[in-house]
Amino acid sequence: MSTLTADTIGAFLDEQSRKSTLRFITCGSVDDGKSTLIGRLLFESKNIFDDQLSALESDSRRYGTQGGKVDLALLVDGLQAEREQGITIDVAYRFFATDKRRYIVADTPGHEQYTRNMATGASTADLAVILVDARKGVLTQTRRHSRIAAMMGIRHFVLAVNKMDLVGCDEPVFSAIVDEYKAFVATLGDIAVAAIPVSGLDGDNVLRPSERMPWYHGPTLMAHLDTVELGAPDRVSAFRMPIQYVNRPDLDFRGFSGRLAAGHVRVGDRVRVLPSGVVTSVRAVISGFDQAKEAVRGDSVTLTLAEEVDASRGDVIVAADAPPEVADQFEARLLWLNEHDLVPGRQYLLKSACKEVTATITAIKHREDVNTGAHMAAKALHLNEIAVVNLATSAPLVFEPYTRDRALGSFILVDKLTFATVGAGMIDFALRRASNIHWQSLSIGKDERAAQKHQRPRCIWFTGLSGSGKSTVADLVERALHAEGRHTYLLDGDNVRHGLNRDLGFTEADRVENIRRVAEVARLMVDAGLIVLVSFISPFRSERRAARDLFAPGEFVEVFVDTPLEECERRDVKGLYAKARKGELRNFTGVDSAYERPEAPEVHLHTLQHAPEELALQVIKSLG
Amino acid sequence: MTDHLEAEAIEIIREAVASARNPVMMYSIGKDSSVMLHLARKAFFPAVPPFPLLHIDTGWKFKAMYAHRERMVAESGMRLLTYTNPAGKAEGVGPFTHGSNYHTDVMKTQALKQALDLHGFDVVFGGARRDEEKSRAKERVFSFRGVGHRWDPKAQRPELWNLYNTRIREGESIRVFPISNWTEQDIWTYIHRERIPIVPLYLAAERPVVERNGQLIMVDDDRYPFAPGERPVMKRVRFRTLGCWPLTAAIESDADTLEAVIAETFNARSSERQGRLIDTDEPGSMEKKKQEGYF
Repeated sequence: MSTLTADTIGAFLDEQSRKSTLRFITCGSVDDGKSTLIGRLLFESKNIFDDQLSALESDSRRYGTQGGKVDLALLVDGLQAEREQGITIDVAYRFFATDKRRYIVADTPGHEQYTRNMATGASTADLAVILVDARKGVLTQTRRHSRIAAMMGIRHFVLAVNKMDLVGCDEPVFSAIVDEYKAFVATLGDIAVAAIPVSGLDGDNVLRPSERMPWYHGPTLMAHLDTVELGAPDRVSAFRMPIQYVNRPDLDFRGFSGRLAAGHVRVGDRVRVLPSGVVTSVRAVISGFDQAKEAVRGDSVTLTLAEEVDASRGDVIVAADAPPEVADQFEARLLWLNEHDLVPGRQYLLKSACKEVTATITAIKHREDVNTGAHMAAKALHLNEIAVVNLATSAPLVFEPYTRDRALGSFILVDKLTFATVGAGMIDFALRRASNIHWQSLSIGKDERAAQKHQRPRCIWFTGLSGSGKSTVADLVERALHAEGRHTYLLDGDNVRHGLNRDLGFTEADRVENIRRVAEVARLMVDAGLIVLVSFISPFRSERRAARDLFAPGEFVEVFVDTPLEECERRDVKGLYAKARKGELRNFTGVDSAYERPEAPEVHLHTLQHAPEELALQVIKSLG
Repeated sequence: MTDHLEAEAIEIIREAVASARNPVMMYSIGKDSSVMLHLARKAFFPAVPPFPLLHIDTGWKFKAMYAHRERMVAESGMRLLTYTNPAGKAEGVGPFTHGSNYHTDVMKTQALKQALDLHGFDVVFGGARRDEEKSRAKERVFSFRGVGHRWDPKAQRPELWNLYNTRIREGESIRVFPISNWTEQDIWTYIHRERIPIVPLYLAAERPVVERNGQLIMVDDDRYPFAPGERPVMKRVRFRTLGCWPLTAAIESDADTLEAVIAETFNARSSERQGRLIDTDEPGSMEKKKQEGYF
C-alpha cells in the first residue's frame, strides 16, 4: 500500500468501500493449528500493528508453545484461560484486508465440548476453512465440524491439510487425505471443496507458494480466498421484511422498521402483512435521515404504508403477489447446545426473525450420527447432538425453508426458566397436519356449564415428593368440597398411570409427557365446569408452568405439599424409597431424579407442623 | 461494506430497544461514541432515540470533551445522564494521586456499576469493537452479564445468525455492542462519509505536552503534578483515542484535517489502544476489567 495523503484519501475510501467482505470460519480438531494459521494470515498480510507484534513477542516467551519462537496462535487466543491452557474456548473474530477483499474470520474451538461456539461462528459465515493435521488425517471432529458447517448452509469448504512440513511435504499423504475427505463431504450435499497443502508454522502455501511442495499447482490459501466466487447466499428473490420495531413518535407517523431479509422494495409496491394477510402499498422508504426510492436485501429501513393497518413486531411485510408460507407445525433440523437434554413435550421459547412464540418438540424423528450420518432413534437429545425433529408453535410463523433463506428459516430455542439459548434450528418444511383440524366452536361454553353448577371451575394442582401427603390432603379437600355440594374430580398420579398413561415410564421425557396429558385432561374437565384436583409429584418447574399456562388467570391453584425428603423416606408408605436406595428403582424423585421446588405456589403446606385436616382447610380457604 | 455495517448496527440497536425494559446508551464522547450516537439517531428517525445517554464522568476528561458533549446533546435532543462515583470524588481519587488502576476501578468500573444499579438499566449499549483488543474479539454482540454485572467469558451464550437472545432475569443485564464488527478504519470512513462531528482533539494542533515514560501527556488543567524543573512544551499533536487526559497519550502529527487524520490512520503501524495506559498494566488486564464489569 503506497502512502496515503489527505488528497488521495477520498479515492482510497471509495475503493475500500467497493471491496466485498468474505466471512469465514476456521475449524477442525484440537491442535490442528487453526489459531496458528490465522496468526500466519494476519502476520503475512501485514495486518498486525507494531505494538501488537512486540506484545506478541513478550507473550510468546511467557505462554508460547514454540520454544521461545514467536507463537502466532497467541494473536488469536485472547482469553487468559486459553493462553494458559494453550487451547481455544470461544470464537474469536479477526479482521483483515487484502487488495481484493475484506475478511472477517471466526476462529472456532476444536474441542468437542465447545461445539456450540463453533456453531455460533458458522451461522454467519460464507466459507469454512477445515484444517486437518497431515499426520492424523480426517478425525471425528473434522467430520463433526464439516457436518455442522454444511447444516448451517455453508457451501464453500477449503480443506487445509496443515503441518505438511511434519510429513516431509509428501504428496501421497496429502492425496490420501483429500480423497477420504471429498468422499465424506459428497454425503453432505452440494458443497465445493478446494484442497490446499499448507504449513501454518512456516507459511507454506498460506500467502506464498511452497518451494518444498512443487507438486502442488493450485492457488495459495490467500489467493483462493481472494478469488473464490460465492454466488448468492439465498434463493428467495421476492421482498420480505420482518417488522423489528414499530416507530410511532406521534399520531401522524407510524413507521415499520426492519432489515430486508430478501428481495427489494420500492415506493408504491403492493405489499402484504403476514400472518394477517392484509394488502396495502408502500408510501415511503426511509433510510437513515432520508427518503429513499427503494431498499434492497440487507438494508435497515423504516417503511410507512398507504393504509392504516394493524401490524406489530414479529409480523412480516412481504411482496403482495409472492408471499411465503405461514404454519404452526414444522419439520426442522436441530443442534442441541445445552448440557441439559432436549425433552420432547417440554415448552421452549422460540425466536425466528423478530417473532417470539412458545414451541414444543412433538417428536424426535431421528438423531444423526455426526461421523457416519446414520439415522438413530432417540428419546432425548444431548449437548452437541443433531436431530431431525417435528415441532409445534403456539402461534403461526411466517417462514421459508432454511436452504432458501437463512433469515426466515432459522430459529433459536430458549429455556423458559434459565433463559439459556439451548437449541439452534433450521426449518425444512411445514407439516400439513394442523391445517386440516379446525377448532370447533360450540354454543355452550365454560361459563354456562359452571353457572349451572353454581361454582367457579378450578384446577387445584398438588405437587410434592412421593409420600409427602399429596393424596391424603387432596382426598380430604375433595370430601369437604363434595359435602358442600361442589362437583369435583380427583386425578391421582398412580391411578392415571394405570390407564391413560400406562405406556409411560419414569425417564425425564416420559415424566414430561405424563404431566402434559394430565394437564390437558384437567383443562377439559375445568372447561366442563368441574373443580379438578390433580395429585401428581410433577417434579419439574417447566411442566408445572406449562400446565398453568393452559388455564385462565386465577383458575390454576398450585399447592406445594412441602414435606422434607427425610420425613417422606421415613414414612415410605409404599416401600418405594427403600427400593430406590437399593438401586431397584431408577429415576426416583428425590433419590436419583431432581425435584424442583415451586418458587411461588398459591398455597404452601408445611406438613410437619400441621395435621392433614388443618392443611385441607388451608387449601379450601384459599379458594375464596 | 460501510453500508452493510451500518445496516447491521441499526438492526442490533432496534432489536435491543424492542425487547428492553429500560435501555441506555453509554456516551464517552470519543469517536466511537459519536458513531454510535449517529447510528441510534438514524435507527429511530424521525423519532428521537427512545433512551438516554449515560456519561460516566471521572472528572478528568479533556475540557474540549465536555464542550463537545453539550453540543451533541443539544443537537440530538436526547436526555443526558451523568454520574460520578460520590465516594471516589469525596476521597479525591485521581490518576496522579492513586495510580491508573485504582482510578479506573473506582471512577470508571465502580461508577458504571453504581450508575446502572441506580437507574436499573437492563440493556446498555457500548461502543466496543472486536478489533480493539484480544478479549473483546471474543465477546458476543449481546453480552450477557450476571448479577453484579459480571462477565463470564467461559460461559457465553451461543449467538447464532442475527437471532439475539434478549431474555434476562431480575438483576441481570445485557451489554449490547452494535459496532462489534467495525474496524478503526471503518469508524473513520463512516465519520468522513457522514460528516459526523468529532472532538477537535482528534485533529493536530499546537498543544502543551509533557513527556513521561516515552508518552506525550497533554496538560489540560492545573492538576498536573510537575516534577522539579518539568514544564510543558508546545508540540503539534493529536489524539487517536480519548479518555481521562492524564491517561491518554498524544502523538506528534501534522494531520489537522479529517482527511489527513484518516490518511495517517490508514498508514499507521501501531494500534490505537497503544495510547491507552490502562490496557497494559498487567497480563490479561482488559479481560479482568471486563469480568468485573468494565466495558
